Amino acid sequence: MFPIEHFLYLAALLFSVGLVVVITKKNMIMVLLGIELMLNASNLNLVAFNQLYPEGINGQMFALFVIIVAVCEAAVGLAIVIQVYHYYHTSVPGEVNELSD
Amino acid sequence: MKLTSILFYAFEALAALSSIALIFARNVFHGALLLITCLLALAGIYILAFAEFVAITQILVYAGGILVVIIFGIMLTTKLSGKPLMIEHAYRFSGSLAGILFFALFVYFISIETFDSGPSPANALKEIRTIGIALMTEFVLPFEVAGILLLVALIGAAIIASSTNTKKM
Repeated sequence: MFPIEHFLYLAALLFSVGLVVVITKKNMIMVLLGIELMLNASNLNLVAFNQLYPEGINGQMFALFVIIVAVCEAAVGLAIVIQVYHYYHTSVPGEVNELSD
Repeated sequence: MKLTSILFYAFEALAALSSIALIFARNVFHGALLLITCLLALAGIYILAFAEFVAITQILVYAGGILVVIIFGIMLTTKLSGKPLMIEHAYRFSGSLAGILFFALFVYFISIETFDSGPSPANALKEIRTIGIALMTEFVLPFEVAGILLLVALIGAAIIASSTNTKKM
């Protein structure tokens, strides 16, 4: 049983790093990687608080559903990235600046 | 210092270092591998936090599913010209400012808060059978909704990625 602050500091670091990656990277796949990192930071918090209150398993179940939603987001997001690349011939989010042709 | 403590802090250091290296990665493929390193270290932390099923799911889903999908995405969105895909950084100052401010905010609020430990940390070890029973009784509605969500995402991703009739230039 480890102190929960250590989990929470790591989760805070992961969330901040994910935010920086989402803002600074000029590639859509890297933006998706940053979103995955932020989702995993929330998962770490859920598991840590479930360890703090071990009489239930609500935290672990919620972490499982967050993983499922992350999978769906990655699949649909990468499909959209591939279509945008086919259409605009770029994968830089800033260069996609028109809605229709 | 016990072995579990050494493992725990080693996994934490691995996760933190690989995530920080993700900020400075300029190659998208290296970025994907750094993310997988971070997520596998998180799976180790989950095991040490008595969440074995979440850890196994994390390894299966991320190392087996999302890594493959991301690498396919990287390979389909490069011209395959032989050179690795190097990317630029934008908004360096505002991005790092936002990250540092968020991290300072989180650290401040975690440090002023005291978390009381649970009443009975002795029986912290949950069997996987408990999770299975809970999935079929208490959480059966979210379970089914998650199944429908996965089906919808599968069909949607296939349809979005397969319609190649709109090409510009």
